Amino acid sequence: MGNLLRLKPRTEQKIAQFFMYSLTSVAVIVLVFILVVILKNGLPQLNLEFLTKNPVDMGRGGGILSTIVATIFLTFIALLVATPLGVGTAIYLTEYTVESRITRIIRFGAECLAGIPSIIFGLFGFILFVNKLKFGWSILSGGLTLAFMVLPTIIRTSEEAIKAVPSCYRLVSFSLGSTRWQTVTRVVLPSAIPGIVTGVILSIGRSIGETAAVIFTAGSALRLPSSVFSSSRTMAVHFYILAKEGVSMPKAYGTAAVLVISILIINVITYYLMEKYIRRKS
Amino acid sequence: MKAKVKLERKDRLIKLSLLVVAFSAISVLAIITIFIFEQGTPIMFKYGLKSFLFGQDWYPSEKSFGLLPMIVGSLLVTFGALILGVPLGLGSAIFLTEFSHRRLARVLKPFIELLAGIPSVVYGFMGLMFLVPFIRERFGGPGLSVLAASIILGIMILPTVISISIDSIRAVPDSYREGSIALGATRWQTVRMVVLPAARSGIIAGIILGMGRAIGETMAVIMVAGNAADIPGSILAPVRTLTSNIALEMAYASGEHRQALFATGVILFVIIMILNTVANVTSARQRKR
Repeated sequence: MGNLLRLKPRTEQKIAQFFMYSLTSVAVIVLVFILVVILKNGLPQLNLEFLTKNPVDMGRGGGILSTIVATIFLTFIALLVATPLGVGTAIYLTEYTVESRITRIIRFGAECLAGIPSIIFGLFGFILFVNKLKFGWSILSGGLTLAFMVLPTIIRTSEEAIKAVPSCYRLVSFSLGSTRWQTVTRVVLPSAIPGIVTGVILSIGRSIGETAAVIFTAGSALRLPSSVFSSSRTMAVHFYILAKEGVSMPKAYGTAAVLVISILIINVITYYLMEKYIRRKS
Repeated sequence: MKAKVKLERKDRLIKLSLLVVAFSAISVLAIITIFIFEQGTPIMFKYGLKSFLFGQDWYPSEKSFGLLPMIVGSLLVTFGALILGVPLGLGSAIFLTEFSHRRLARVLKPFIELLAGIPSVVYGFMGLMFLVPFIRERFGGPGLSVLAASIILGIMILPTVISISIDSIRAVPDSYREGSIALGATRWQTVRMVVLPAARSGIIAGIILGMGRAIGETMAVIMVAGNAADIPGSILAPVRTLTSNIALEMAYASGEHRQALFATGVILFVIIMILNTVANVTSARQRKR
């Protein structure tokens, strides 16, 4: 009886292969569909005016200039804070210590931080920066919250980049009598820079697309930010409000296209750098 | 000689400051934990943990803070996302590593990874424009539903599941495959009986990470789930998750209502930390092997 039900191995292989093939096609088709719809509906909205005019009438008219500026400011602050912390952590983990309980704790902390949902970061940023430190809904609050969110990414990529530097570089530098710090700053970091930059660019992509953590920390005021303390609406938040509240579908598609195109460009650059500098060496 | 001593002292100082910097991630984690718990737990104890976890009514204005519908909602949509995302993701990973042309895999893997960067709001918007109307017309109900949220989340976790599964399948040594094929097994038998068991813990870690992403997702879910704070009667009924509960009401909540939202955050935080730890332990086990 069992033999009757059992398929020939060859037939089973054919069926399995076809099944896996279909699953892959479905996955790829869905992802392509999303991309095509956004670009098809969004690209016609894009013109110079859309990118250089401020939103008018809650986003029904005009462009998205103020949201682009807010996004850039916010991302800049996030990286200004997260990059030194992340790279410093990576240098410590790779150059200044051996595997121990302390490094395990540090790595565990970074990994847990990477898994925390953005809405929790939003809650935290709201209570600490907006309320307790009285920064209010502002670019500063949003930027600092994002900094904490991208910190694990920067730590991980920098660590990989530094590890990929061949150890003979360090040995030569030590044998010439340099200290550890001289070796790090003059030998290790220069060769690890492309990998570190990769992590930073990856974080830019994440900051640009983030909504939940930003909406409660940077607010959603629709105007050109005048200082780090002004509340501003980023592109992602603007898109969310346009789409969720049905303000204007054409403008929503246009904003989505700008978002998606910038993130795709950023990810392509990252992927290229990764292939070139990290994976090749390791 | 003096210069050397000075340099060494400087190096020690640098080492110390780097150690301080290195604790930034773990301190941020600690600060977040402290703040969320400090804001969220007092109200849980005031009204009783049981009324929070098992209360079915969420009427903040009447001081009724039952979170059960949201807990059930989060679990339902996450489970739904896994039902869709895991077979699709794992199947794609197996195809790309074991059956497809190497060149196809070289193009598709980066493409899928690129899509991991598409913001969640965009996925939500796609769901709102295409999936919700489709469900409403075909299956009835409001369209904004458990089903819609599950499908969108299932798609969103695809890149995570696919790329981690590919990495762990590739990590299985080729000698395993060669041995199996030398014994006369077909490719599929090799995959099923040799490769997948060997890659198991990595794949499970990927699935758990995808699960964490699904539970923690906020904006996409808000846009397609309907957000009614009731336990859904069917997969076509609207649902509210823990994350959407926070995001929907945070803007105007104050006093105990706001604290109750932080309590929602506490529950979400605990669930995520459990998942993280499990994923960490599983992937550590694979690395050890």
